[in-house]
Amino acid sequence: MLTIDNLHATAGDKEILKGISLTVNAGEVHAIMGPNGSGKSTLAQIIAGHPGYTVTSGSVTYEGRDLLALQAEERAQAGVFLAFQYPIEIPGVTNAYFFRTAYNEVRKANGKEELDPIEFLDLMETKLKLVEMDPAMLHRSVNAGFSGGEKKRNEILQMAVLEPKLAILDETDSGLDIDALRVVAGGVNALRRPDNAAIVVTHYQRLLNYIVPDFVHVLANGRIVKSGGKELALELEARGYDWVLEAA
Amino acid sequence: MTSATKATSDGYEQAFSALRSSGGPSWLPALRREAMDRFNALGFPTTRNEDWHFTSVTPIAERVFKIAPTRSGPATLSPADVATAAIGDPDWHRLVFVNGRFEASLSAFAGLPAEVRVTTLADALKETPEFVAEHLGKLAKSEGQTFTAFNTAFAQDGVVIHVPGGEVVEAPVHIVHIADVHAAGAGIHPRLLVVAEPLSQLTIVESFVCTGSPGAAYLTNAVAEIEVGNGARVNHYKIQRESTDAYHVGTTQVRQGRDSMYHSFAYASGAAISRTNIYTQLAGENAETRLNGLYLIDGTQHADHQTFVEHLAPACASRELYKGILDGSSHGVFNGKVYVDPIAQKTDGKQTNHALLLSDQARVDTKPQLEIFADDVKCTHGATVGRLDEAALFYMKSRGLGADGARALLTYAFAAEVLETIEVDQLREGLEALAFARFTHGEQR
Repeated sequence: MLTIDNLHATAGDKEILKGISLTVNAGEVHAIMGPNGSGKSTLAQIIAGHPGYTVTSGSVTYEGRDLLALQAEERAQAGVFLAFQYPIEIPGVTNAYFFRTAYNEVRKANGKEELDPIEFLDLMETKLKLVEMDPAMLHRSVNAGFSGGEKKRNEILQMAVLEPKLAILDETDSGLDIDALRVVAGGVNALRRPDNAAIVVTHYQRLLNYIVPDFVHVLANGRIVKSGGKELALELEARGYDWVLEAA
Repeated sequence: MTSATKATSDGYEQAFSALRSSGGPSWLPALRREAMDRFNALGFPTTRNEDWHFTSVTPIAERVFKIAPTRSGPATLSPADVATAAIGDPDWHRLVFVNGRFEASLSAFAGLPAEVRVTTLADALKETPEFVAEHLGKLAKSEGQTFTAFNTAFAQDGVVIHVPGGEVVEAPVHIVHIADVHAAGAGIHPRLLVVAEPLSQLTIVESFVCTGSPGAAYLTNAVAEIEVGNGARVNHYKIQRESTDAYHVGTTQVRQGRDSMYHSFAYASGAAISRTNIYTQLAGENAETRLNGLYLIDGTQHADHQTFVEHLAPACASRELYKGILDGSSHGVFNGKVYVDPIAQKTDGKQTNHALLLSDQARVDTKPQLEIFADDVKCTHGATVGRLDEAALFYMKSRGLGADGARALLTYAFAAEVLETIEVDQLREGLEALAFARFTHGEQR
């Protein structure tokens, strides 16, 4: 599904990714862990098409297409979804309107019929239950005045609505209490299917108790320094990152 | 006086002499003459005048706009034309003026409470001249105000509203000013006089719109005087959607008694040059004024808003939120003055002004002016000039919205915050739909 080959990227003059290679197949969940500043979020944002980074070499192939040649919205329409670490507030645009517009844009791009507001509300009803959100949230402005936990739930709600093929969760666990974490992880697990995949970016092993990964990669200083199965996460939890960094 | 202004001055003097109005109360010619003299003495403001520093009225000053001729023959506009041109509702009380002239056939305001008087200025001068004499020109004075003097000298018609104490007018009174194809070259000077007696309630919607395209400049120079009695509440919506060939100057003067409420919303999307003045005096304790506005301009349009809130009594509140969205090489001006008199302790004033620039050529000048002479007051002001939030644009694109769609939605959202303050549903929904269509489909005004 996704093949990242020797990816180098800069933000301004600073090289942040220094040769990342990673292959994600359908049905797999990959966890990317690592210390702060290792480039985890940069990788997530580059896959989503954030304009703030420059890819200097390497390639990202998604379902046989050159992902880097696509605009951010084209990537979303092709099934790539980034759950933001810091979801953006958009005062004046209701969740309901925003979600429906996004949903219909993606449908339209894939040659499917758009839903009218009534049909869309029916769809939302089931999705809201998945993340245990009050339907009243639909009529509030996107993320405006939401608590940290509400914002993260709102990200997972969008993911549930858009049903991406490749979901990237950027530190979705940060700032969540254990109940919110369980809800968020439950939402992600409910959306797991053999034909989609997820990349879970996290600093802590805690989330991986709920979203069990097939592979764990340790990112440090812009490179993947170690890869392994889910047991690697437990080992990192017990021993910290230093031993991996030293070995690398 | 330059030769050009001499020529326009002579032109207006001739037009003034030709007016020699038929009938009318005896005091009226003197009031007009005084205003005409004031107009001549003041001349049109230049950018050396502090209040007009960012707005040049040269295109208005260098020609003589004809006093709109009286229509002869049947009305050329249908009620459907009015409904298309102005956002409104058939249930509202409606007075329609075409090129400044009252059109009875397009108007409907018979369903008002019996005690409430709504008439044209021309009728009021015949029927209740004492009432008009008592109030006309008392708030909107000609001193120092060229355009008010200009209006007083030339106003041919307008609306007089008198709401007696305790009366509540449920449906809005909608005053529609339509410029049609015959407006080219005309100077239209509508006048509005409102007296809301204690504990009364009234909503006024003034729409300045066009139908067809006059294809040439015309001038609207409107003046409104509004007295809000003790405990009374007046909601006042001014919707300026003139032709982009037009010039529009609108001055509203308000005086509020104790415990009264005046809520103004000014929308401006039309005219080549527009200037909106809203001046309110909080003259009784515990009165509140709310001034909100939105302007949407493009191309080479120029929109200038000046507000002046005078806190002249203790414990009054003023709230002001103005937003502007500027595209093309348009130019916006916002000048918000607040004066707090020494007697006006416990004043609570807040003024906010935000402008959104959609192009590199658009420009905005913002000038808040606070003059505070009381010590126990709370007065704040805040102004921002910005562009669309890049982080929000990326967020929307990452959800599948195209770049244009994301920009449109964000722009609309910026406007929506202030449109939400409109309490008349049909008007709010109508303006929201207009703004939405404009940003998402590139439709005009």
